[in-house]
Amino acid sequence: MRELSLHILDVVENGITAGAGRIEIRVEESLAADRLKLTVRDDGPGMPPEKASNPEDPFITSRTTRRVGLGLSLLAAAARRCEGDLTVAAEPGRGTEVAAVFRHSHIDRAPLGDVAATLAMLIIGNPHIDFAYSHTVDGDEFSLDTRELSEGGADLSDPGTVRLVEQGIREALATMNRNSGREETSHAQADH
Amino acid sequence: MPKLTIDDLKRIKEETTKATALRHDGEVRIKITVHMGTCGIAAGAREVMKSLMAEMAEADRQDIRVVTSGCMGMCSSEPNITVEVIDSEPIVYQHMDANRTRQVFRRHVLQGEVQTDFALAKL
Repeated sequence: MRELSLHILDVVENGITAGAGRIEIRVEESLAADRLKLTVRDDGPGMPPEKASNPEDPFITSRTTRRVGLGLSLLAAAARRCEGDLTVAAEPGRGTEVAAVFRHSHIDRAPLGDVAATLAMLIIGNPHIDFAYSHTVDGDEFSLDTRELSEGGADLSDPGTVRLVEQGIREALATMNRNSGREETSHAQADH
Repeated sequence: MPKLTIDDLKRIKEETTKATALRHDGEVRIKITVHMGTCGIAAGAREVMKSLMAEMAEADRQDIRVVTSGCMGMCSSEPNITVEVIDSEPIVYQHMDANRTRQVFRRHVLQGEVQTDFALAKL
């Protein structure tokens, strides 16, 4: 995938398909330790033991439309390319946590990309699911919880409102990037 | 650093000129499904969704819903979207991009003309 945010979208969609009601997405950037970690945690049914012990095997898949599932395999390959790794913790009935670590400065690391667009698509496409997003760059943090926004009266099934959310995320992340003295995601935020 | 709150949304909304009309919970007459499996995402489904959202915000129609779903097994024709208008057969469109999506939205969804050039199948 061209952007890490597309991997996030993909893994989150897995959780949604599996029947999760709440999904937590964490992006942790440590420039000091030269590390980038993506974590997606859902409260779905987990994975069957066969898949959990071998998450990257594309031929073990619960899908029924064809016999190969490539989502996690692609993410694992992307992480390993960058001196990182993929870990999956899943137990039937207790949700799934997928974590991918990358060397931040690795030349093969895809840009994080348009996280704001990814979140907006998830929110508008899945109004019944709660999403929590947190993003840290060294000590700085930005977070968002759609449950809180809904409880506060935002109608997240309205495209206009979700556009405002998207804009809010984009502004906040841009500020955070500026504060850390770089413009890492900016080139990927342009429309393709 | 901040948490995105309702107040932020209000502020951004005030800054942007267009106020969205109050929603009326009416009947959903048209459903647009964006297929977002690994294949769809890799092929550009997010841009398709983005363009749909922009069109939706502009059209401001309460009877249209956009939803996402997984892969439907036709990965080579991704990004796919399915348009279901009440009382007519669902139409699957293939190889969508932002422009084709705009055209399908404006012609098929808003005006009822099926865009056969982009169609993969009738379900």
